[in-house]
Amino acid sequence: MSDREEEVRLMKGNEAIAHAIIRYGADGYFGYPITPQSEVLETLEEQMPWDTTGMVVLQAESELAAINMVYGGASTGKAVCTSSSSPGISLKQEGISYIAAGELPALIINVMRGGPGLGTIQPSQGDYFQTVKGGGHGDYRLIVLAPATVQEMADFVGLGFDLAFKYRTPAMILADGVVGQMMEKVQLPVQRPRRTDAQIAEQCPWAITGRAESRGHRNVETTLEMEPNKMELNNHRFQETYRRIQENEVRYEEYYTEDADYLMVAFGSVARICLKGIELLREKGIKVGLIRPITLWPFPEKIIREVGQKTKGVLTVELNAGQMVEDVRLAVECKVPVAHFGRMGGIVPNPNEIVDAFYKEFPEAK
Amino acid sequence: MTNEIIIAGFGGQGVLSMGKILAYAGLMDDQEVTWMPAYGPEQRGGTANVTVIISDKAISSPVLDVYDVVVALNQQSIDKFESKVKPGGILMYDSYGTHRHPDRKDIRILPIDAMEATIETGNSKTYNMIVLGALLAARPMVPVESVLKGLKKTLPERHHHLIPLNEQALRKGMSLVKEA
Repeated sequence: MSDREEEVRLMKGNEAIAHAIIRYGADGYFGYPITPQSEVLETLEEQMPWDTTGMVVLQAESELAAINMVYGGASTGKAVCTSSSSPGISLKQEGISYIAAGELPALIINVMRGGPGLGTIQPSQGDYFQTVKGGGHGDYRLIVLAPATVQEMADFVGLGFDLAFKYRTPAMILADGVVGQMMEKVQLPVQRPRRTDAQIAEQCPWAITGRAESRGHRNVETTLEMEPNKMELNNHRFQETYRRIQENEVRYEEYYTEDADYLMVAFGSVARICLKGIELLREKGIKVGLIRPITLWPFPEKIIREVGQKTKGVLTVELNAGQMVEDVRLAVECKVPVAHFGRMGGIVPNPNEIVDAFYKEFPEAK
Repeated sequence: MTNEIIIAGFGGQGVLSMGKILAYAGLMDDQEVTWMPAYGPEQRGGTANVTVIISDKAISSPVLDVYDVVVALNQQSIDKFESKVKPGGILMYDSYGTHRHPDRKDIRILPIDAMEATIETGNSKTYNMIVLGALLAARPMVPVESVLKGLKKTLPERHHHLIPLNEQALRKGMSLVKEA
């Protein structure tokens, strides 16, 4: 992870993302405005990084154009990214599938809002299935990072880019409107230089750089194979990458799990609201723990199994109708009851609602 | 010490900015802070509110349902948030244009004449600083110096000449709150 500056700033999660993109030494951002993440593009435009690092910031004519600019930029080994919110991310799915099939590194940021459809502009986590289980067509996976603080919004830009380049696969920051819009303290990463053409040629030997002669062979970027046997081999290679990611990149945070009689599982801003709810429950002597998956894929199933199976029950809290709960049930192998509490359409529950939902599911805990 | 505050009123009254200035003051004072706006249709007219938490400990939830202090700047906000003040907490409201006054007995109710004070200053833009002054007099969660430091840090240099005006407004607001 990049070093952080000494200075402590106060800013919105979306603004922190924009600053972190510039400071990573990214080569390009291509976006199209949509609430609740428009500050990403706005902040990039304000900062004018084209005058400092030489980074390209472009408001495309549509989400489709933006994601395909990312596809093109990534093919040349450049560090490129885009951001949007739920309906815009749906539009980008075809491009994301192509980027995954092309084994290209790219960073995509989704600051989720209520859906389905045009939905609302308020916070949601309704895109868990879309992000973690597919979204676009074909057997591919995204590395999915779920920030809960403005600091993580900044930190996960660098982490997301690093993982994307390490595994040559797209990574997504799956945030929600709460972390996008709230302000809190943040230490931004220190400014890194953009990579030189020579560094890109060395680090990304697969990149299309227009230098076939000096390389001795042509690099071709395609996601199409006419031979099914070849395409199956490609798929085996993708799956091998995903297996390595699952082995090495699981991230999560645990709170109060040592003595927990019950467990909550929640990600993003909701995990913080759960934590406050858990503190209220603990004041009453009810021992509840929390696991906050940081990577939604690869999913931290081992720790949820280990901790969850020792409890009397698990409650997932999500801003949706029950999506991650399916992965939590698989993780604990249905050995203990796993319940779900969710609000939808842009409504964010408060800590007391979570306490009430816990009592409703586990009345014997009282 | 943790202060959980919601400031609510009409869009355009400077509710979000006031919360921001308070959050910056917390930052200047080396405290933990969160600032969570209702960013929905409120921003596009109608009512607006912002939750600000200032604490010497790490802050978990930025979203709350009960508050130590509610600052209500219109009737709708009084009606909506009166029941959300923690027992022993403060409900501060601008009595200008208010027809139903809060009546809870287990909280400190502080009507302030911020609108009238603003009219006296002749500059409607000082309204939220007057309210912030009153808030800090009722609940001194950050020193006035930290507010001014925060303003200096966040305002572009070309607006620094407005800081004395803001300080005056802040102090005028503080004088609106009589000791309980």
